[in-house]
Amino acid sequence: MHKLGLIIRREYLAKVRNKSFVIMTFLSPILLVGMIVLIAYLTKVNDNEKRLVAVLNESPFFKTDFESKRGISFVPLHGIGLETAKDSVLDMGYYGLLYLPQRASLEGVTEDAFLYTKDAPNTLVLETLEGIFEDRLREYRLQQLGVSSEEYARVRMGYEINTATFSGQRSAKGINEFKAVVGGAFGYLIMMFIIIYGGFVMRSVIEEKTTRIIEVIISSVRPFQLMLGKIIGTSLAGVTQFLIWIFSASLLMIAVMLFLDIDPAILMQRPGPGGLEASLAQSALSGDDTSQLLVEEFLKIPMGLLVGCFLIYFVLGYLIYSSIYAAIGAAVDNETDTQQFIFPIIMPLMLAIYVGFFSVFSNPHGPIAVAFSIFPLTSPIVMLMRLPGGVGEGGVPLWQLLASIALLLVTFLAIVWLAAKIYRVGILMYGKKPTYRELYKWLKY
Amino acid sequence: MNSILSIREVSKFYGSYQALNAVSLEIPRNSIYGLLGPNGAGKTTLIRIINQITFPDQGQVFLDGEPLAPHHIAQIGYLPEERGLYKSMKVGEQALYLAQLKGLSRAEAKQQLKYWFEKLDIGNWWHKKVQELSKGMAQKVQFIVTVLHRPKLLIFDEPFSGFDPINAAMIKDQILELKEGGASIIFSTHRMESVEELCEHIGLIHRSNLILEGKLSAIKKIHKQNRYEIRWTPLNGTPAPEELLGRLPVIGPHYDAEDNTWDFTLELQDSEKGELLRYLSEHGNLASFRERIPSVNDIFIQTVQKQESHA
Repeated sequence: MHKLGLIIRREYLAKVRNKSFVIMTFLSPILLVGMIVLIAYLTKVNDNEKRLVAVLNESPFFKTDFESKRGISFVPLHGIGLETAKDSVLDMGYYGLLYLPQRASLEGVTEDAFLYTKDAPNTLVLETLEGIFEDRLREYRLQQLGVSSEEYARVRMGYEINTATFSGQRSAKGINEFKAVVGGAFGYLIMMFIIIYGGFVMRSVIEEKTTRIIEVIISSVRPFQLMLGKIIGTSLAGVTQFLIWIFSASLLMIAVMLFLDIDPAILMQRPGPGGLEASLAQSALSGDDTSQLLVEEFLKIPMGLLVGCFLIYFVLGYLIYSSIYAAIGAAVDNETDTQQFIFPIIMPLMLAIYVGFFSVFSNPHGPIAVAFSIFPLTSPIVMLMRLPGGVGEGGVPLWQLLASIALLLVTFLAIVWLAAKIYRVGILMYGKKPTYRELYKWLKY
Repeated sequence: MNSILSIREVSKFYGSYQALNAVSLEIPRNSIYGLLGPNGAGKTTLIRIINQITFPDQGQVFLDGEPLAPHHIAQIGYLPEERGLYKSMKVGEQALYLAQLKGLSRAEAKQQLKYWFEKLDIGNWWHKKVQELSKGMAQKVQFIVTVLHRPKLLIFDEPFSGFDPINAAMIKDQILELKEGGASIIFSTHRMESVEELCEHIGLIHRSNLILEGKLSAIKKIHKQNRYEIRWTPLNGTPAPEELLGRLPVIGPHYDAEDNTWDFTLELQDSEKGELLRYLSEHGNLASFRERIPSVNDIFIQTVQKQESHA
């Protein structure tokens, strides 16, 4: 135990003192926050850009319909001819000129209306204008059928269905996706951690082989102790790095927001197209009811359970994968030889993420989600995506969670045992890159 | 019980390949034992078994009478042939780490390191990084780390490789001093002249088998071929020795006309020795009469070749 502690300490310090590691640790949050600030800034600039559209309205209609909104300002023109208007609009640097000719009917006006712009017009502008026309036309036609403006305004109101589970809980649209995103964030974290720090473990094993220190160390400690110490030491360095990242990135973010006065909400907004459809969709999504439900659901996510399971799946999943990485490092002499062995490890991780996004999001308790959340090489990621729904009724059945953890535990023991055997033989082998067949033979040494 | 280490009927297989075949040998206490053999004979496997890096498939190893167990690691010092240090670690820190892995406390390790760094004249290297050291300098650090924890059994595999003659002599002196201090030493090398200089016992492994073992002087006695090197000045004129002796020299003869001296080698039975000596001193001046002892190099080549022709 004492020696294991020494090894963990050395591996940790070696990693933490490494120059590129230190640079990455402190540079990444700055880069991340810088990116966010840049995006926020660009969004703001984009938002603030107003396109000026002159409106030459010779018709008796559309007197009040062209109201300036986000991105577009309408400037009414009066008493000039179309050609003069075109010239002056171009001179003044306006975005475009909307021309509504003198016609007897509303339909006539809309049919012959024209938008003149310098270049091909921007979609947002087009959609906004078309939306205004469509809306007005609809209202007009309904009026012909005897529907008053007030009645039409009432018809325009959006609608959203109320949903509830059979047990009587109210639920909201997108709640499945929302829950899976929360779990998916944990799963994604595990995958990133495995790929980054598993690679570190592998490189560290290769370093011991190429510097030839391995035999000196192996005469003092058991290979398994060295492997375990290396994995633990590296992961502690990884956890340190992650904590620094989270802490410093949030500090920086807060500081930046205070100093530069950026509204975090900007990042959430999606510039939606104008028009009826858009406004319908918007009113459906931004209903106070829905967001309140989402908050309620978020609070209902069993955080204790989720964090507890995250720790279990994180530790076991990371140990499984990093011991495979260590075995690969032991089997080869240099990093270029590792490709052929790394692909089979990355594959289940990728599969888990894809299955998670395409299957678990839409159907968290479907057969594919269940299978992948029990299969040990993908369960750390997929199960975490299912867990925010809770355990038991309406969530993951308890037996599935237990089976998944039990299988993971058995796999962990088997893989670590196998990896340790390959590691033990591999670290003392120099020369050519082994084949899978040779690795199999090593198991019997 | 005069052996520090007993290896009994040890066999080791790698898949279908047998690296060691029922090897038994005794390493005498407080002496230097030369473990010899051609490349790939099985020496490294045997050394790794002693260090518990690998384990025998059959047979047993006893250190100081006890079956080999994990706690013995602290009593063995091993300088492997393939050796190195962490490149980006500082010398002192690294030596401290390796010493602690051998079971020394931090304070003890520090004190011992100080002593050895002074002794080998590398005291100012403590804060250097290993990548700044030359190969020979790194070897010195490795030597220190091997002996630092005062093991009773020391195993040196090619300890002089990478050293210039001055430092090699320094390391040789240190090895002898360690032996004086009570340590038992296994010494594996292909440099036969250093075996000759240092070893009291040798064992020769060839193709997974121990084919020769024993006290070096005894082995030499067995391998001597009753040949005598003679330097002699005849009294009258310059007759060839074969005319005088009535027999042919095995090697030589060489005549130096300036000194009127003959050099030649004869093969003699013990019973013939007295008569020949008398004859030579009566008929001339006998400058030297010496039994030709086979060198370790000769014994090595002879024994291995004999095995090859048997196989």
